[in-house]
Amino acid sequence: MALTRVFGDLTAVDHIDLSIPYGEIFGLLGPNGAGKSTTIKMLTTLLEPSSGTALIAGNDIVKTPSAVRRRIGYVPQMLSADGALTGRENLELSGKLYGMNRADRKSRIAETLEFMGLTAWGNKLVRTYSGGMIRRLELAQAMLHRPAVLFLDEPTIGLDPIARRAVWDRLQDLQHDFGMTVLITTHDMDEADVLCGRLALMHLGKIAVTGQPSELKAALGPGATLDDVFVHHAGASIQEGGNYRDVRRTRSTANRLG
Amino acid sequence: MTSVARAVPPTALADPPAVVRFFKETAAIAQVELRKLFRDPTELFSRAVQPVLWLVIFGQVFSKVRGIPTGNVTYLAFMTPGILAQSVLFTAIFYGIAVIWERDLGIVHKLLASPAQRTSLVVGKACSAAARALVQAVIIYLIALAMHVDLRLNLLAVFGVLFSVALGAGIFSMFSLAIACIVKSRERFMGIGQVLTMPLFFASSAIYPLAIMPGWLKVVARVNPLTYLVDALRGLMINGGESIHSLPVDLGVMAVAFLALATITAKLYPTLVQ
Repeated sequence: MALTRVFGDLTAVDHIDLSIPYGEIFGLLGPNGAGKSTTIKMLTTLLEPSSGTALIAGNDIVKTPSAVRRRIGYVPQMLSADGALTGRENLELSGKLYGMNRADRKSRIAETLEFMGLTAWGNKLVRTYSGGMIRRLELAQAMLHRPAVLFLDEPTIGLDPIARRAVWDRLQDLQHDFGMTVLITTHDMDEADVLCGRLALMHLGKIAVTGQPSELKAALGPGATLDDVFVHHAGASIQEGGNYRDVRRTRSTANRLG
Repeated sequence: MTSVARAVPPTALADPPAVVRFFKETAAIAQVELRKLFRDPTELFSRAVQPVLWLVIFGQVFSKVRGIPTGNVTYLAFMTPGILAQSVLFTAIFYGIAVIWERDLGIVHKLLASPAQRTSLVVGKACSAAARALVQAVIIYLIALAMHVDLRLNLLAVFGVLFSVALGAGIFSMFSLAIACIVKSRERFMGIGQVLTMPLFFASSAIYPLAIMPGWLKVVARVNPLTYLVDALRGLMINGGESIHSLPVDLGVMAVAFLALATITAKLYPTLVQ
């Protein structure tokens, strides 16, 4: 049963089949409009598939969406921490919505703020944070309940190189220390290369190719970069992708960070 | 079959019953909303300007007209509950815009990807709308006192007023949220909000009694929840004020309207991010 989503006459995600093993950082690549965000929305139960289904940590996204929600963490592409609240209050809310009791929340929040390097900022309003700090807080919110799988949509879009590196470090630690499976979407070939154990390249709603970054590069011959892999598989139609809404959303995220 | 992290051992979380979770989640959402509101209370005060103008200017001028049959109370006393109801309507009906804003920020995405029940997420918002309306009620009580309106100040009556106000705010905030979920853009929402508020207000007994309305307007007024809010408030808030329906009928109609709208809105809420 391959995962499919149709919007009107557009098939945004067209019968994809993926298997992502436990404890891996997996990258979903592809040009704007390739179907990455739609795939993530289906896997995080925000959107019902038109046909097909998927298992997240053994739970079916169509049959038992609430069991899936309990086992995942999600960081949307937009900066979704609430700027009018402090970092700690944002975390408190997440903890409560995930059904953690008071004692658990207290210890986990302290621990998580420490892990993300935000302890000194916990009681400050999020609107005073830098873009990189907001992203780390969002990671903290998404991992507070120790999910089996973490979904990140363009986790470092618009961040400066130092902030980007800090996010990468945290993600690698999450994988090592907590054995979390991480699924990210990205446009950033460096990010895919550094972070991901394996990649899938999406194009026009289908999976064009999957493999380790090194395999994918080697397949194109010596000296090939991931950029070459991207262009090879997404090819000539790169300019076609990306509707107005995608572009606007990406820009507005970048603006908020700028 | 797409599968992610199939090998993970199941995390056994003992779950409290759905009702307990509902109250906890609702409280969590409401608490966050209230914290934001009281951290920046300008909205509360700017919202109070309009009812003040209605009571002080419109109310005083129309008291001179004496063309509107208000039974055995003054026109000002007659319209005070109406203006409170109007204030509840106007504060709550634009509530949806905040949700569109949260959607654009991705906050709604995050809430919906959490295991919280959809009903808790929307009822939490209704509670926060109710809190705003209660602040309006306090302000209107103070203005009315200053203008020597003959208010019923016994504890039970005041409690009844506050309860009705909270229920009314719940109704109109859920209505607003449902519209927001359908239109999904701030511009369209503002347009619809503007179009809705005045008809809802004029097709109610807020500033004139049902009895003097033309027949077709009476029909509209009868299905307008605002009429029942005004009616409940009129019986409770002022000395000598009379409800047309009885209080249980008013509260019953409002409770049903709230439950229906909350159910619909909880169904629509997930479509905000699709």
